[in-house]
Amino acid sequence: MKTISAAIFEAPSVDWWGLLPQMVLLGVALSLLLITSISRRKFATAFSTLCSVLAGSTVFLIALGLWGDVQELGPRSSLASAFGVDGFSIFFTILISLGVVTTALLSHSYIEREGIDSAEFHALLMCSAAGAIVMASANDLIVMFIGLEALSIGLYVMIAIHTRRAEAREAAMKYFVLGAFSSAFFLYGIALVYGATGSTNLVQIRDYLDEVAFKDEHILLAGIGLLLIGLAFKVAAAPFHFWAPDVYQGAPSPVTGYMASIAKAAGFAALLRVFFAALPSYKLDWSPIISALAILTLVVGAVMAILQTDVKRMLAFSSVSHAGYVLVAIQSANASGTSAALFYLFTYSFVVIGSFGVVSLMGWKDGHSLDRYSGIGRSRPVLALTFTVFLLAQAGVPLTSGFVGKFQVITSAVDVENYVLASIAMLTAVISAYMYLKIVMTMYVTEDNSEGPDIAIHWTSGVVLGGILVFTLVVGIIPQFLIDFSQDAVPVLIAG
Amino acid sequence: MDLLGSAEVASFPVLNALILLPAIGALVVALLPKNRPEIVRPIGALFALGAGAMSVFVMIKFQISDSGFQFESYQSWIPSLGISWHVGVDGISLWLVVLTGLITPIVLLAVDPHHDPKPYTAWLLLLQAGSFGAFLALDLFLFFVMFEIVLVPMYMLIGGWGYDDRRYAATKFFLYTMAGSALMLVAIVTVAVLSAKDGGLTFDVVELANRQSLATNTSRLCFAAFALAFVIKVPVAPFHTWLPDAHTQAPTAGSVVLAAVMLKLGAYGLLRFGIYLFPEAAVWLAPTLVTLGVFGVIYGAVVAAMQKDLKRLVAYSSVAHMGFIILGIFAFTTQSLQGGILQMVNHGLSTGALFLMVGMLYERRKTRAIAELKGIQTAAPVFAGFFTVIMLSSVGVPGLNGFVGEFLILIGSFETRRWWTVIAATGVILAAVYLLWAYQRVFHGEPTSADEKTPDLKLREGLVLAPFIVGIIFLGIYPKPLLERIEPAVDRLLSHIEQHSDYERPEPNTPVIIDVHHETEKEEGH
Repeated sequence: MKTISAAIFEAPSVDWWGLLPQMVLLGVALSLLLITSISRRKFATAFSTLCSVLAGSTVFLIALGLWGDVQELGPRSSLASAFGVDGFSIFFTILISLGVVTTALLSHSYIEREGIDSAEFHALLMCSAAGAIVMASANDLIVMFIGLEALSIGLYVMIAIHTRRAEAREAAMKYFVLGAFSSAFFLYGIALVYGATGSTNLVQIRDYLDEVAFKDEHILLAGIGLLLIGLAFKVAAAPFHFWAPDVYQGAPSPVTGYMASIAKAAGFAALLRVFFAALPSYKLDWSPIISALAILTLVVGAVMAILQTDVKRMLAFSSVSHAGYVLVAIQSANASGTSAALFYLFTYSFVVIGSFGVVSLMGWKDGHSLDRYSGIGRSRPVLALTFTVFLLAQAGVPLTSGFVGKFQVITSAVDVENYVLASIAMLTAVISAYMYLKIVMTMYVTEDNSEGPDIAIHWTSGVVLGGILVFTLVVGIIPQFLIDFSQDAVPVLIAG
Repeated sequence: MDLLGSAEVASFPVLNALILLPAIGALVVALLPKNRPEIVRPIGALFALGAGAMSVFVMIKFQISDSGFQFESYQSWIPSLGISWHVGVDGISLWLVVLTGLITPIVLLAVDPHHDPKPYTAWLLLLQAGSFGAFLALDLFLFFVMFEIVLVPMYMLIGGWGYDDRRYAATKFFLYTMAGSALMLVAIVTVAVLSAKDGGLTFDVVELANRQSLATNTSRLCFAAFALAFVIKVPVAPFHTWLPDAHTQAPTAGSVVLAAVMLKLGAYGLLRFGIYLFPEAAVWLAPTLVTLGVFGVIYGAVVAAMQKDLKRLVAYSSVAHMGFIILGIFAFTTQSLQGGILQMVNHGLSTGALFLMVGMLYERRKTRAIAELKGIQTAAPVFAGFFTVIMLSSVGVPGLNGFVGEFLILIGSFETRRWWTVIAATGVILAAVYLLWAYQRVFHGEPTSADEKTPDLKLREGLVLAPFIVGIIFLGIYPKPLLERIEPAVDRLLSHIEQHSDYERPEPNTPVIIDVHHETEKEEGH
């Protein structure tokens, strides 16, 4: 029996530069909490918003630096190959950092209006964003789980942050219970995959599965299945989407936008890392299952969306059907499909943040009934036009980013000769279009040409919505730069 | 005659300017100050007229003998997907471009939106830009973008300025077209991806049409997907149900542009993309499409005869006319195709003008119900006179443009689709029935007290209608300028079909076409 003292402990090398994004976010979050709790002065909401915006922008700049680094020197991994610093993780770091900035700005007027403790909200926002980045960068299933939990726990509290609203508490409870369930699935999946392959490290899992042919692969397949269920919960793919409409509806609108974009993107990042990067040798097993999930998600999302009368529930189901499009791209299980999924996620995230930003501006009054939007095409033409562009982008109308995303998704399905899936995806787009058009019609067409409510737009929201509008149209017209960006971000697993 | 020389002309990307000018105009109009509503329409019309003038420039500089694409402009757009901004014009698209260029400014000046002139003008200009783009695109991606983007302005025009049931009509219009084009997008991608093995991924129509690398069954499926998108747009019965609603609920300007320009997208798409990319499949599916076309001729005419609403009647007459065009296209002879393309222009002139006049009538009487109108002729004789000419053009009376197109279609189709043509010919009679009957009910008889006060045609309205009347009469007696520009492109398309399928067109040296020329020249001499 060996003695412990005989082994020389060598700590794994740490790539501090690569870990900086999470450290900045966590550092600012903790400092913000500390300062606001020990100081006697009451800080204005603007202070917390500023902290989030600055932290997000700093992370964005760091990520840009890392991007150049990785494109030049190649991807690497750190912390005993538990943590990847590759184009993929930096792509998501950029997306998440921009998500933090936009969400922080959009939530500003909401927090002021509703009198919510801003420091807590923003600290949670940054912590959950750090979790999302960890999730997208993890090369190890346990690290991925930590990221997932950090993201989710932040979100549970953010949903319930408006303590006076019963709907918010209910939504938080629902998300918490089902989220815990899905975490359990995910953990059990990790355990089974570990049992089958002897490692939780994605690099080692991939290399092991490349070399070893199983006589009995049931444990491994069960593990893969459970991992898929856990992540499908997070991205709200049917039939694991039941929480989404209720939670999206109950949560504060800026938080809903954040959940529908960043939390979903992080879930897809984990899905791509596990399935595309680590399990390519089991492609023939998981690709058809994802394909079936995609069909179900597309149909459920589109059909349920047109039955809703509450705008937030409409957008919630539309976000379910968008998950279907990303799954269509993922099931193709090749580099071009993955880059299509990344492109779709990047463009969709901003459009959905913008859409919920508009919903947030419209305010809450006995729910978010569609009738409230009646006539804002006259009273607020620019806001209505912006919302129209976001909705048409989600419907996949050309000259918006949504069309280019959908086009690439269809191309990826046709690439692997899955014509049926491509056709279903396009036909469900028509069904969802009905719902988007219903909102547009309500804004513009009133029976007696009456004007809608006069909505106050805080400049922080105006800047974000304007920025997203420009982004959506620019990507719709000259998408090449973003296509290149997503093509360079296809994940690679590097042992380090 | 050709002072500048084609090389110099080509150096200025006139087609790009054609698409961009109205789009810029829309932006300018949108940015105009809110408190000056009276300058909006003149400025908008200026941009539309500029584009119209450029389309006329293209027509003048067009090389008659050249069967290929002229004024081509090529720009790489999304290189990683093989997508380019490739535009060009040939004999098939030339007249549709001119039609788009001229109709939009007329409509913009002629029809008063009554409220919100700014967005109205901007949407109309965007519609013009998108229609130009769709007629000029030689890249499948670019075409699809334009084909879909034109839905947005039309949707907004119907929704914002239409009549009572506009919500339903606008949504139905948008969704029908989108549903049709959904599968077309899959087919577009399939063609491009499957052709990539013969020299890289590209969406260039000319390149893809020359490669012909799809297997027979695949190309038939793809053609079916294209055809579905286009027959909805045309519309061919039984895919036409969106059209009466959209036409009836749309504001007058919307109806005119819808009839004159947007319906042509379907027939044009079949010619430029469907048949060109999948010649074999087009020949294979031709009997079905011709049958549907002829069915549309009869069905549209019968249903039109039963309409109580004048605008709905004109809308159903569109279904009948477009059926003729489908027959002409899929009969695959030089005359029938020439006639089909000519008939697209004719239909744009006559139906566009009919919608304008029905709109004017509605402004006067606030009703379009045939039963409520009577004896307008007594109260407004000039109005009735204009209406007569336009209506007779739509009926296809010799000497007016409708006759030339229908006659060429029938003659051309008779060689390859005899019995279909026989049935379709009765549609000419039916057209006379429903239009003359409607005319009789609305304009003849003793006017009621309300009808008596119907004001006659104003000078401004007469000036608006004058270009239509001139076009109708000119094309009726001297269609040669159009036909001689259409013919080379049509012949090229037919050779392309013969080369890639087992179809052989009947001997071209039939004397029929010469007869037509004789007749027209004689008439011109009088």
